[in-house]
Amino acid sequence: MPNGTLALGTRQQGFWQRVDSEVWIRRLLIALLCIWMLAVVVLPLGTLLSKSLVNQDGEFVGLANFIKYFQTPALSSSLGNSMFVAVLTTLISVSLGFGFAYALTRTCLPMKGMFKGLALTPIFAPTLLNGIALVYLFGRKGLITLGFFGHLDFLAVDIGLYGPVGIIISEVIFTFPQAMLILTIALSMTDARLYEASDSLGASKLRTFFTVTIPSIKYGLISAVFVCFILAFTDFGAPKVVGGNYNILATDIYKQVIGQQNFVMGAVVSVVLLVPTVLAFSVDRIVQRKQVSLIAAKSVPLIPKPEPLRDRIFLTFCSLIAFLIIAFYLTALFASLVKVWPYTIELGLWHYDFTGTGGGGYTAFFNSIRMALYSAAIGVGLTFASAYLIEKTRGLKALRGIAYFLSILPLALPGLVIGLAYIFFFNAPGWSFWGITIPNPLNFLYATMGILVMSNIVHFYTVSFLTATTALKQLDNEFETVSESMGVPFYRTFFRVTVPVCLPAVLEIFMYYFVNSMATVSAVIFLYSADTKLASVAVANMDDAGDIAPACAMAMLIVVANIAMRIIYGLVTKGAKRKTQAWTVR
Amino acid sequence: MKAMIRLFALSLVLVMGLAAYAQAEDLLVYTALEDDEIPIYLELFNEMHPDINVQIVRDSTGIITAKILAEADNPQADVIWGTAATSLMLADQAGIVEPYAPAGLDRVRPAMRDANEVPHWVGIKAWMTGFCVNTIEMEALGLPTPSSFADLIDPVYKGQLIMPNPASSGTGFLTVSAILQMMGEEAGWEYLDALHENISRYTHSGSKPCKLAGSGETPIGISFAYRGFIQREKGEPVVTVFPEEGSGWDVEANALVKKAEIKDAARIFLDWAISPEVMELYARVYPVTAYDVGAPIPEGYPTDPEAQLIENDFQWAAANRARILEEWTNRYDGKSDPQ
Repeated sequence: MPNGTLALGTRQQGFWQRVDSEVWIRRLLIALLCIWMLAVVVLPLGTLLSKSLVNQDGEFVGLANFIKYFQTPALSSSLGNSMFVAVLTTLISVSLGFGFAYALTRTCLPMKGMFKGLALTPIFAPTLLNGIALVYLFGRKGLITLGFFGHLDFLAVDIGLYGPVGIIISEVIFTFPQAMLILTIALSMTDARLYEASDSLGASKLRTFFTVTIPSIKYGLISAVFVCFILAFTDFGAPKVVGGNYNILATDIYKQVIGQQNFVMGAVVSVVLLVPTVLAFSVDRIVQRKQVSLIAAKSVPLIPKPEPLRDRIFLTFCSLIAFLIIAFYLTALFASLVKVWPYTIELGLWHYDFTGTGGGGYTAFFNSIRMALYSAAIGVGLTFASAYLIEKTRGLKALRGIAYFLSILPLALPGLVIGLAYIFFFNAPGWSFWGITIPNPLNFLYATMGILVMSNIVHFYTVSFLTATTALKQLDNEFETVSESMGVPFYRTFFRVTVPVCLPAVLEIFMYYFVNSMATVSAVIFLYSADTKLASVAVANMDDAGDIAPACAMAMLIVVANIAMRIIYGLVTKGAKRKTQAWTVR
Repeated sequence: MKAMIRLFALSLVLVMGLAAYAQAEDLLVYTALEDDEIPIYLELFNEMHPDINVQIVRDSTGIITAKILAEADNPQADVIWGTAATSLMLADQAGIVEPYAPAGLDRVRPAMRDANEVPHWVGIKAWMTGFCVNTIEMEALGLPTPSSFADLIDPVYKGQLIMPNPASSGTGFLTVSAILQMMGEEAGWEYLDALHENISRYTHSGSKPCKLAGSGETPIGISFAYRGFIQREKGEPVVTVFPEEGSGWDVEANALVKKAEIKDAARIFLDWAISPEVMELYARVYPVTAYDVGAPIPEGYPTDPEAQLIENDFQWAAANRARILEEWTNRYDGKSDPQ
């Protein structure tokens, strides 16, 4: 049957050709992904590092700048200060976060959802707001310092806010939700059979805690420690407001770059900031690699049994924390509405009219919303598509390995470092190598909305990427195999199956990008321009000029926008879940 | 393949959109004028020149200066407006300034402009040191009101003063420069050492100490006169004290930025910036302007505001600025413990 054979032959050929071209498209896309990450992460970082090794005139001077740095006590003392603040913050934050997470996962706490929600509030706020709220609580004319304007005199106490005390309190508020989230996940991944075994072997509660609970969450604990450390070590918003004369690395970078436009010293301090951060990041990565899943197919989820005393203690603890967080932000809201703090306590919207204050007012606010939407939309597309390519492509191991590494790397980069690196890289008119000048093809992005969006996408890339990867891992690879053998091109499978199934993760990434882009100040403060003023930067600038009440008002607007987005997200997720996640219901 | 094409088309549109965005043409003005002054003046400009779209980059003097110097190879701003003359001298030395004689230059008094025939900078007004003193807090703390620089180093004020960092703030620099010029360098630094003992913290901007005094965060803020009057107008319990020894001061001046393409709008702006119309607005809140417009001295200033100004050698201040700031930073910045 020559005809039949021929027909079969051509069909097969077509099939292989398609598979072939598909492999090429995938290869091309992964290669493009690597080039993109090179252009927006590796090259800017390289430019930053090289800047720290040259003098003001651009001549190579080796480590001379670093020697100068460590010989200038005004600068080098900041390293110790930053370490001190970050370590103390981490200890407090992880302890509190552990207590809260334990209450959420291992006790019969009522209204767990509400408690978790309240504890997450700080995520919606720029860290500058933490500093500002503290000024209104504990500053010389703070609510508590004054004993509630003399109404509750016995509560009056002056904690000496400006300096390490203020920085540590703000950073604890900032990092607590992160520690709590990581530990909640770690604590919920457990096997009840371990506890049954421990119990039947006659181990005491305390012994069980140290021999079962702690070892089972050690990876989460390590992760929480490093995440809190990195965040507290690199944050600059709160220290800027309440740091007083207590210098830390992050505020030094700002002072060097913005205050004196000493970009070389800014680069040097950035490298000093980067080293411990990258170290913490690497240790965490290496440790996490050893993690093996504790959840086996036969695992039994742990359902806490009521224990009145324990439950009551944890209820008190969680209520106290939730109350403090809410009271903290309500104070800020109240302060933003007071006419002349602390002399004329009349409420109104005076400070929400930003004419006559710096930073750009409502134009800046709406710029921020636009930037956050762009960052979220483009960010979600990029992170999800790249996670898909890396996760769901067979073969190409080396290339995928590189792409994966480049996608994880941004987590180790503080915002200030990204911002400064972007100035160096995107503002360069071109580069000369051995007399050949290459014009910078990306120079046109400098001082535009584009560079702001890009810095946000990179700044918040890793967490989004990991969220997408986790979601994709839950999706059986059979989908790809089946569609491939049926001759369906992979992008169709991607848009028809993968994306809808992973919709909850997609929406979560969108919200994560939006909320963080609204609140961030560290990278964008170096990159905004006269016609791309931003709300968070306006908060910083108004605080610099001493307009603390309008700064507080603008920060409250950011919080409101973020909470609105969280509500929209909640509604959309509910609707989308019903539509696309019906398959998960049996 | 359709989806892929769509994706490519989308990214193409995006890139082109970004490119178009980057090419928007505006007049970019760098200024260190106060945030609450700028909209008042700009409203007038927009009325007189509705076809020019002014984009403002506003920050403290030190930051604007540093920014201009850092961008020397690739200047961004078209015009510098209302920024310390000592800073513009530095910018001039760096070759960033294009000499320009704005219309109406002949009216400007000689002390308020660069001496070159076609001046490199032209002043609009002078601003001077003033102490913002919170009367309620002073009474509560039982502190005497200081009347001179000499009073400020009295140990009773320990931890009660806030002053701007001269590296970032123009007000901070002109105050430090005045102290060094009046007392001589050696005695001047000794005085600043003593003053440091009383300072609770140094701020980024020159207006912040006054605003902090206005909200009671500090009883006394070393700031500049305009700020004190405005905070009082807003209902804050502050009075402005002019030091007996005289006030440090500087000229807020304008300059044209040397660029490959100098816009006509830049010249129009500089002409406008010393026009009688806007000069009247300056004079409402500043007693010493580039030329006399016959306005009464704003309330609260000394009757002879010019006599309050010290003998100020701008050339010396500009030439020694970097050295003074380095010395100041080494002495007082990064002392982690303000007590």
